[in-house]
Amino acid sequence: MKIKIPVSKAKQIVIHHTLKLSEKTIEKTEIANNFLTDFADVILFITHFIKETFTRKFELREFLHQCFVIGYKSLPLITVTGTIMGFVLTIQSRPVLVSFGAVTMLPGMVAVSLIREMGPVITALICAGKIASGMGAELGSMKVTEQIEAMEVSSTNPMRYLVVTRVWAATLMIPLLVLYADAMGILGSWMGANLKGDVTLTLFFSQAFSHIDFIDFIPAIIKTFFFGIVIGLVGTYKGYNAGRGTESVGKAANSAVVLASLLVLIVDMIAVQITDMLVL
Amino acid sequence: MKTEQTELPVEDTVQIDPNDPIIEITKLCKSFGTQQVLKDLSLKLYNGENLVVLGKSGSGKSVLIKCIVGLLRSDSGTIQVFNHDVTALTVKELGKVRQEIGFLFQSGALYDSMTVKQNLEFPLIRLKTELSEKDRNVKIEEVLENVGLSDALYKMPSQLSGGMRKRISLARTIVVDPKIILYDEPTTGLDPVTSDEISVLINDIQKKYKTSSIIITHDIECARATADRLIMLQNGQIYADGDIDGYENSKDKVIKAFFK
Repeated sequence: MKIKIPVSKAKQIVIHHTLKLSEKTIEKTEIANNFLTDFADVILFITHFIKETFTRKFELREFLHQCFVIGYKSLPLITVTGTIMGFVLTIQSRPVLVSFGAVTMLPGMVAVSLIREMGPVITALICAGKIASGMGAELGSMKVTEQIEAMEVSSTNPMRYLVVTRVWAATLMIPLLVLYADAMGILGSWMGANLKGDVTLTLFFSQAFSHIDFIDFIPAIIKTFFFGIVIGLVGTYKGYNAGRGTESVGKAANSAVVLASLLVLIVDMIAVQITDMLVL
Repeated sequence: MKTEQTELPVEDTVQIDPNDPIIEITKLCKSFGTQQVLKDLSLKLYNGENLVVLGKSGSGKSVLIKCIVGLLRSDSGTIQVFNHDVTALTVKELGKVRQEIGFLFQSGALYDSMTVKQNLEFPLIRLKTELSEKDRNVKIEEVLENVGLSDALYKMPSQLSGGMRKRISLARTIVVDPKIILYDEPTTGLDPVTSDEISVLINDIQKKYKTSSIIITHDIECARATADRLIMLQNGQIYADGDIDGYENSKDKVIKAFFK
């Protein structure tokens, strides 16, 4: 049976569907527009950061203060996480090595795992949580309370004072923290090894380093510089571009941690691929 | 009961020169997205004058002073400050003009991570590079004395009350000897007594430092105490311009709503 729809009703259906279509189109256009705007903002932010880095008036005092805040004040956290990392790795891998009769390889295996991969990535993730969120929250709250504008009015370039100093401090300090975490990890591993065996610290360290070449350090150190840049840039970008309300401070800190952690893993994946290609 | 008032050695009157506009705004327009906040706004601030800008929330008052100091870029129109068009200046040139302008932010905008002394030193080190450390310390002590908070030198902003924060902000504004001060709602969030003290302080600063000021406020008592001239903004345009008596005696509904 053929259904007859009155003309007015048919018109209503057409109008309804057309409107639905336009709303969806507008929504999608807005999403695309927001994405492109955000992307352009990021590019502008990075360009501005590079430009301000190479100006003559570098804020050395603030840079050193940030090195102290990012580096020195992270030491307790990195000490604990580094030690636990080595300790757990040893406890978990010892039984397998014992079953193969290769327990003497334990210090070397732990050292290589820590230096090449676990130390840099776990330290960077811990730093993403501590440093990126700290930068996001600090700069976000400065934005909300007009402190960044007050700086501008005082003829101080906030990009140079707040962003450049923090990003370079993170870039310099995170590789140092990673090296420190590696050392703490090997120390933790020695503690783990001594739970079921008896080995001196000197012997443990000499066995660990006998399996490591200088070339093991190079890719690991290079990628930690990139981790530092990523953590610094994400933290400052999120804080610097926070919204106006107090709610946006929390959002800035939260999104800084999430994005920085994600980017650390992506950078690590790229670094591993490049290292593999170069057979380092 | 007598309230504590800050006393400055001041002259009784300030000479306002009507032939000497130090800020001259012509046909200023500013929009955010589709919302036009300022529409063809023109005004002058004369040397030595305290100009109060009244208006409802969202009428464009704060946007106006942020455009003057170059924190916001206008869409069209000109803003002449000491005969320099702020809208056409480079960042470096704008920095030089900003040396002559003090800005008191609504929230105070004190740097949380610095002591009061460091807060006051921050603009001094950057804008008054010729001063030695000793001169800077003298200047800081002088302005703190002027705002009645000499003992707050080593306090952190979190240790200060709302009124004290406003005073320290004011001290940070005047420490670099600006010729123009832009006040963004200086008495918002303060009790009536502290508001009165801030109003007195604004007048004293005008007299002592020979400053010209634009004072954005909702507070009619503050406007009464400080205004040489008032303008009222509505929908991004000047609705009324005159002295306080003209406003008090006006029969216009919009004006009466403010001066009830």
